[in-house]
Amino acid sequence: MAYASKAREWYAKELESLRGQGLFKQERFIHAPQGAEIEVEFPAGSPPKRVINMCANNYLGLSSHPEVVAAAHAGLDVRGYGLSSVRFICGTQDIHRELERKLTSFLGTEDTLLFPSCMDANAGVFEAVLSEQDVMIADRLVHASIVDGMRLCKAMTDTFKHSDMEHLEEKLQEHQDKRFRMVITDGVFSMDGDLAKLDEIVRLAEKYDAMVFVDESHASGFIGKTGRGTHEHCGVLGRIDIITTTLGKALGGASGGCVSGRAELVEMCRQRARPYLFSNTVAPVIVSGALKVIDLISATTERRDKLEWNTKYWRSLLTAAGLDIKAGESPIVPVMLYNAKLAQDVARDLFDEGIYAVGFFFPVVAKGQARIRTQLSAAHERHHLDAAGAAFRKVGAKHGILGLTKNQIIEKFGL
Amino acid sequence: MDELKKAIRDYVVKEYLEDGDDREVREDTPLITGGIVDSFSMVSLKRFLERKYTIQIPDAQATPQAFDTVNSIAELVRKFTSGV
Repeated sequence: MAYASKAREWYAKELESLRGQGLFKQERFIHAPQGAEIEVEFPAGSPPKRVINMCANNYLGLSSHPEVVAAAHAGLDVRGYGLSSVRFICGTQDIHRELERKLTSFLGTEDTLLFPSCMDANAGVFEAVLSEQDVMIADRLVHASIVDGMRLCKAMTDTFKHSDMEHLEEKLQEHQDKRFRMVITDGVFSMDGDLAKLDEIVRLAEKYDAMVFVDESHASGFIGKTGRGTHEHCGVLGRIDIITTTLGKALGGASGGCVSGRAELVEMCRQRARPYLFSNTVAPVIVSGALKVIDLISATTERRDKLEWNTKYWRSLLTAAGLDIKAGESPIVPVMLYNAKLAQDVARDLFDEGIYAVGFFFPVVAKGQARIRTQLSAAHERHHLDAAGAAFRKVGAKHGILGLTKNQIIEKFGL
Repeated sequence: MDELKKAIRDYVVKEYLEDGDDREVREDTPLITGGIVDSFSMVSLKRFLERKYTIQIPDAQATPQAFDTVNSIAELVRKFTSGV
């Protein structure tokens, strides 16, 4: 037997060490479709509890929308369950190309290529378009999937301080000896919920002859007046060279992602991006659901408008309660607690009050930056937010954190 | 702290600490294992040293261990220079 007791013991010890450090993750079993209210079995074996969901990426509330579900059913009927192939052998149906065309039009780009996920898009895109003569200059808070993609690429890596345009300009000046420069950022940063200064980034990129890459996973469908994304919000539609985004959040929430942008760059991905070349095509059922999603959000801004209202209302409730939240305008609203144990205790107490929100702490966020990340959805009604706000107020009062500043919370609970 | 170490320390503080981050960087403060410098950002430190001291540090020697403290970085630079 190759899996010797030595190996088993070593892994068991590693897992025990994760438990000891409070870093062991446990899945919660959901006994319902995704929505504003869900049934959660936690801990495992407990009877499912009905809770208000404040931690899904279901920004537009389309994950279980009846028209999306019906379109997915129809796609299953007319194009089958699976294709048993990568895209370039026999895995490209008419609907894959149709979805790519619709995403191109929605995002305001030149072309689009679907990937099994945005994680895969980010893993493959840099290696496909850059090489040793080039440099990638990334914001220091970009998503982990971008970091992984950059590791797979032979171009030089460099970083700039989070959203610090002076620092970015220094870097662009420093790397003028490179063939191509690419500035890399998230559109909306997933942990803090702040938006990239894309207008300034594009201005600097044009000044110093650099390409711009933006991951719009937490923006596509709802940021900007018609939901095109951060580039629409910042007035730079059509000036972003590469956008990656996901179908797994606002755009139906199932799975799948894409690279969208300059035609030649997208074509390079079709020829060279390994996660595209060597993994299965996106299933027809997902493509069919996503086509309906694009139709729905292209026809009306009603859902992103409701999300915007919910976001403002939720931020006002938490602020009025005296909680310390990260300022911003995205539907990612972090409640700052700084201390990891406090974040876990507050999340547990909220669950007891019927609110599902998760504590984040090191290594997901920097040490001393523990928080509860709340996320809004167009599926939330005002009564959901009122109930969640009351629970936050009650749990905050229990822990004595209402009205406290960052320093006061740190003084009381430590880091 | 000698001039070489001071130059390294000053660069680390300017380049890697965010505004308002008042962590003290000493000669033996762990930079990479302490979360001040990540492996991607290390590239700019290497380029800074190579330009300032007109040296070439081979990638194989620019390891996270070698870049983990001001002391270890200074030691690495001294290997490639004379009279600093």
